[in-house]
Amino acid sequence: MADILEVKHLKKYFDVSAGTLHAVDDLNFHIEEGTTLGVVGESGCGKSTLGRVLIHLLESTDGQILYKGEDITRVNSKRLTQLRHDMQIIFQDPFASLNPRMTIYQTIAEPMQIAGGYSKQQINENVYKMMDTVGLARRLANAYPHELDGGRRQRIGIARALVMDPKFVVCDEPVSALDVSIQAQIINLLLDIQEERKITYVFITHDLMVVKYISDKIMVMYLGQMVEFADNDELFAAPTHPYTQALLSAVPQPDIHKKTERIIMKGEIKSPIDPGPGCRFAARCPYAKDICRQESPALRETKPGHIVACHFAGEL
Amino acid sequence: MDEKKNILSIKDLSVHYFTVDMGECHAVNHVSFDLGEGETLGLVGETGAGKTTIALSILGLLQSPPGRILNGEIFYKGEDLLKKSEAKMREIRGEEIAMVFQDPMTALNPVDRVGDQIAEMIYLHQKVSRAEAMEKAAEMLELVGISRDRYREFPHQFSGGMKQRVIIAMALSCSPKILLADEPTTALDVTIQAQVLDMMNELKKNLGTSVILITHDLGVVAQMCNRVAIVYAGEIVEIGTVEDIFDHTGHPYTKGLFTSLPGYDDTSKRLKPIQGLMPDPANLPPHCKFAPRCEHCCEMCEQRTPEFTEVSPGHFVRCHLAEK
Repeated sequence: MADILEVKHLKKYFDVSAGTLHAVDDLNFHIEEGTTLGVVGESGCGKSTLGRVLIHLLESTDGQILYKGEDITRVNSKRLTQLRHDMQIIFQDPFASLNPRMTIYQTIAEPMQIAGGYSKQQINENVYKMMDTVGLARRLANAYPHELDGGRRQRIGIARALVMDPKFVVCDEPVSALDVSIQAQIINLLLDIQEERKITYVFITHDLMVVKYISDKIMVMYLGQMVEFADNDELFAAPTHPYTQALLSAVPQPDIHKKTERIIMKGEIKSPIDPGPGCRFAARCPYAKDICRQESPALRETKPGHIVACHFAGEL
Repeated sequence: MDEKKNILSIKDLSVHYFTVDMGECHAVNHVSFDLGEGETLGLVGETGAGKTTIALSILGLLQSPPGRILNGEIFYKGEDLLKKSEAKMREIRGEEIAMVFQDPMTALNPVDRVGDQIAEMIYLHQKVSRAEAMEKAAEMLELVGISRDRYREFPHQFSGGMKQRVIIAMALSCSPKILLADEPTTALDVTIQAQVLDMMNELKKNLGTSVILITHDLGVVAQMCNRVAIVYAGEIVEIGTVEDIFDHTGHPYTKGLFTSLPGYDDTSKRLKPIQGLMPDPANLPPHCKFAPRCEHCCEMCEQRTPEFTEVSPGHFVRCHLAEK
């Protein structure tokens, strides 16, 4: 299938008092229509910033985002409003992302009111249809967010994002704040909706089991950079970057017989403010050699479709 | 399972919260369990199951009002902690039984030096001079893998993983017999979580501390615990060794927790969540608390409260299906 989104040399820097924070640093990738790209990484790796830049909630510093061939990094506000029909985001925290003074009905209807061009009746129809789709009882239409639990609130966030029938949705940790049994309900819902509407997802999460379950392709980020990009099965079968290997081995498995050899990494993620030359993972990498501290590794394709940024990719 | 001495024994504990807007919340209902010496017991359940309330009751930290312990006994060294005076409890807290709280970002005092916060704990509980307490605090920092040069730094200069280590150092500084760890790694990234869990296992081995680990993550349980208690709506619905729980799962709720996990069953393309929501603690189902969400629910479940049945030695399940 055709690519719905292509990202070229995308950068997002923030100026902070201590210097320049490289939140997203030179990313290149593309997403096929109707598939899910999983973005994984630890806190501070820039994955949420990436999600926001992709749908133009944050202006990028440099680079291009081609949505169906059109560069959307420098569009005017009128075009941006139009793009919002197609591109939406589901936020992480169902407790903070909803306006406490708006009823569920108002929250779900608001995107259509802002976009304009919908009659009252259409809005009414769409809101109730959407509430049915995400499994919110219609009697809750006039309830306020504080009356509902986390799972239901996340359903509102999903309904609000999908009510205008977008083609491209960024899901920023949509299930992280939820209990496992509720988390499974929401993941199933997202997959059902994708199948029905052929939506493309960028699924941002730190939970590797969730990403493995939901994604077609996976990108692993470390300090603003892509360190590995591969098909889902390939990444879990043959993780090539030392960071990916450590990340996968660190996930506690709910299985008492599978004793996995865990790679315990030393130290913690270093600061993304003015990172010097060299591989950003070198300080924690058990295999780091001199070259790693001096030169940034280029992205290499070790197998078709499997891209790794490591000087020693394939040798470890 | 070898018979070990129990260090802590909870018998028939019930805690209710009396609130104005929600009425009487049945947070903990007739909970009993034992903690063996040197053992790690996992308390597993979802938000609102009553796990933290159990821990707070053990320490006598339950806020009252709105909380009230209706009945029950908590035996530690043969004495009922619930009958002790506040002054006695203050001696026990920290020295005998210590707690690690969930959120490392808010558990430390932001305007006090990290090392001094540990030293304060030692100074209060042990007959040492301030200088000795400070020296011991510096040693504790090193024990959890933080350089003693950082003694004089403030919490904001530490990352989340390091703050959690400081809190663990603080909890262990008086070599407590029991450590209550309430979701100690939930707020941390997986690689940092791996470091902290590893360290906790190491310290536990060296110090011989018994641990009650409160968590919702079955992966962490598999890695850390000897025994597991599954808590649902304020009740223990299943308790047993990790092998019992993982290999011979008895209660439908426990099964639901497993099938909800992505990656648990690689063959299925769809997760099997537990239907519905946790019941309102102010308005619990009269008999089996899980019945409204249970796919095996039958007439009996709505008419009679299930017994806590011992399906194999030491493995108890609260379900009618297990009785047969």
